[in-house]
Amino acid sequence: MPSRDADILAEARRQMTVCVVCKYCNGYCDVFRAADARPALTDADLMYLANLCHHCRNCWYACQYRPPHAFAVALPAALARVRALSWRRFVGVGSPPGGPAAFALAATLLVPVLAVLLVPADVLFAAHRGPGAFHAVIPRGAMVWGAALALLAPLWPVALAMARFWRAIGGGTPRQVARALPATLRDILTLRNLSGGGVGCNDRDDGFSGGRRHAHHLVLWGFLLTVAATLAAAVSHHLLGMRAPYPWTSAPVLLGTGGGVALLAGVAALAWIKHRADPAPEAPETRTAEWTLLAVLGAAAASGLALLALRETAAMGMLLALHLGTVLAFFVTLPFGKMMHAPFRALALLRAAIDRQKEDRRHDDR
Amino acid sequence: MAETRITESARADPRNGPDVLVAGGGLAALCAAIAARRAGASVWMVDAAPEALKGGNARHGRNIRVAHDGPSAFVPDGYPVAEFEADLRRADPGADPALVAPLARDSRDLPRWLTAQGVAFQPRAGDALPYSRRTVFLLGGGTAMVNALARTAGALGVRVLQGTAVEEVAPDGRAVLCGDGGRTEVTAGAVVAGTGGFQANRAWVREAFGSAADGVLNRGTPHADGRLLRALLDLGAAPAGDAAHAHLVAVDARAPADDGGIVTRADGMAWGLVLDRDGCPVRDAAHETGSARYSGWGRLVAGCPGGIAHVILDDAGLARLGRRVYAPRIMPETETLARALALDPATLADTLRREGPPGGPPWHVVSIRPGLTFTGLGVRTDADGRVLDAARAPLPSLFAAGMIMAPAVLGGRYLSGTALTVCAVFGRRAGEAAARHALA
Repeated sequence: MPSRDADILAEARRQMTVCVVCKYCNGYCDVFRAADARPALTDADLMYLANLCHHCRNCWYACQYRPPHAFAVALPAALARVRALSWRRFVGVGSPPGGPAAFALAATLLVPVLAVLLVPADVLFAAHRGPGAFHAVIPRGAMVWGAALALLAPLWPVALAMARFWRAIGGGTPRQVARALPATLRDILTLRNLSGGGVGCNDRDDGFSGGRRHAHHLVLWGFLLTVAATLAAAVSHHLLGMRAPYPWTSAPVLLGTGGGVALLAGVAALAWIKHRADPAPEAPETRTAEWTLLAVLGAAAASGLALLALRETAAMGMLLALHLGTVLAFFVTLPFGKMMHAPFRALALLRAAIDRQKEDRRHDDR
Repeated sequence: MAETRITESARADPRNGPDVLVAGGGLAALCAAIAARRAGASVWMVDAAPEALKGGNARHGRNIRVAHDGPSAFVPDGYPVAEFEADLRRADPGADPALVAPLARDSRDLPRWLTAQGVAFQPRAGDALPYSRRTVFLLGGGTAMVNALARTAGALGVRVLQGTAVEEVAPDGRAVLCGDGGRTEVTAGAVVAGTGGFQANRAWVREAFGSAADGVLNRGTPHADGRLLRALLDLGAAPAGDAAHAHLVAVDARAPADDGGIVTRADGMAWGLVLDRDGCPVRDAAHETGSARYSGWGRLVAGCPGGIAHVILDDAGLARLGRRVYAPRIMPETETLARALALDPATLADTLRREGPPGGPPWHVVSIRPGLTFTGLGVRTDADGRVLDAARAPLPSLFAAGMIMAPAVLGGRYLSGTALTVCAVFGRRAGEAAARHALA
């Protein structure tokens, strides 16, 4: 009796076999050329290809074999299923209690509830101004240790999963990695695989648009800016002796505001695209995880911006707790959810870049 | 073939249809509809296929042959118009000279014109494509092109009726449409027939190919029933080409009866032993190894009893075959192979010993059948798609474009990428001419 995972992989292998023979879509993205180079289509090959797929949906609309054809090729859905399966398999910790969505919500609410229970009401609901105002509400020790725990607990299984995935898809020597790294970073930061070979993606129907790519750029760069804001805050605290909240024109606030606005706009655009998209090329069971990630990112960005706007009012205490709750939710759901696409996609892109460079060297030798 | 004949009484009807009625939904029909609409005509495009199968056989296309002056992002080197003309004349010495010259000449402008209609071509960079000096590749293939052209047609205001066939036409622009809503008669200013050949019409295929037809699988749309081709011939259109000619390739015998497209093409014949139904070896005297091997073997297997043959490979032959949509069947012993093919074991063992690949058993078997890409009978037209009668006089208001008239150029022969060129060039020309005729 084949397990459900075996069915998912067998179906993806069947469909990808049609693609390997047909090759018509090989101008859209890296998946098809990578498949060409791995015609055995082992489970690991399929998980590699699935994580290389950026879900632009172009191959669905271009497919001469999509349903109602007897070959019933529906690659975006088949690869979305394999992607989710690969994260589950390599992380290897199962689903969180209640599923990722409920888990994220619980984590988000945990900090505000703890704040209400542990922080005296006259402190929590009072206006605090000037340096050190945040830590007047939530003590710095609690914040730092909470953050350290929230970060380390999920990052450990994620790092392990990445190492296992990297080995499974073929890995690479340090030399190969170093050589392929610039191209990989370019692919990640430009989202080249969402360019559809120049025409864009089929966001909604068979019309092409740059919408998904632009929205994803906002999310990616917004996210990176908020990470940079956090690092800038650490530098401000430890090296410059400043105390949060930082002035409007300080690096942490400028980076955080820019990042938050970009993130929020990107999340809204992706949600709009997802909402209006033709559901035919989608795998419905992967949708909850996608919506959960968008909700968590959106909530983190929105609460962060609200905190910035209202930090001198009595609402600051609860907004700070809520914002920390959303950040906690982001981290604790990391190993279970759609966010795993980021590290796995980066590794798949790195592996594809290594393969491309190997091919180029072979060509040079001729 | 249709019970409802266009009656004299209907002649009094005012024009209740469009200026230009385009029958079909493939590349020729789409180009005709867009060109006619851009020329100012009101246009209906009436396609027998449902929405999901729109695009005719263009859905299965990949590259288009075009003449060009030099290398570009999409095509290397150069392919002069004169060379394209020479290739056409060599492929079919009987090709109509009145069509060959405009086909080669207009092909140069095709990439530009199709791009303006929303079609995307695949850049050569990144060596995902084989070297091809004579053809440009469609990004995403023919289905992506069909999607783009259909969007453009819709945006321009072409009224598209999927799931509706044009059953009959008359030289004055009347046509009988048959769809979900029953049969209706409309009068158009001009009719462009772009409905292709008759490769999906089993009865006609049998009539044309005799007993060899029984094993034939149609590689393309199941809606190419040749109804309109027959109607035009019945109206007195001059035939072009020959019904017994067709483009056949060897396909896996397990391929679907229609629409198998590119991936069902069989291979391995050149390095395996091919046996017919009765166990006699089948040989390709021409020893084709390039892409011509596919069509060479299509004709060979069509000539085999029952229209079937079996490619026998050893392990090395299997490895050379690469990944296939249909995996070859494995036969551990010569005995098992004989049982599977219903052949005498002793005779088969003898044949394999003398002529079989050296590495077996085990044997790997791929049964093959002829796969029909397009048929070789069409109607004669002038370079603007006007349907001509036996005296080379145009039938008023009737135009044809694409594979329904391609036999006048190709004679049922295959020149890679040229079918799409014929469809696009003459679709565009016929659409423009039909608009001029209807609006005059």
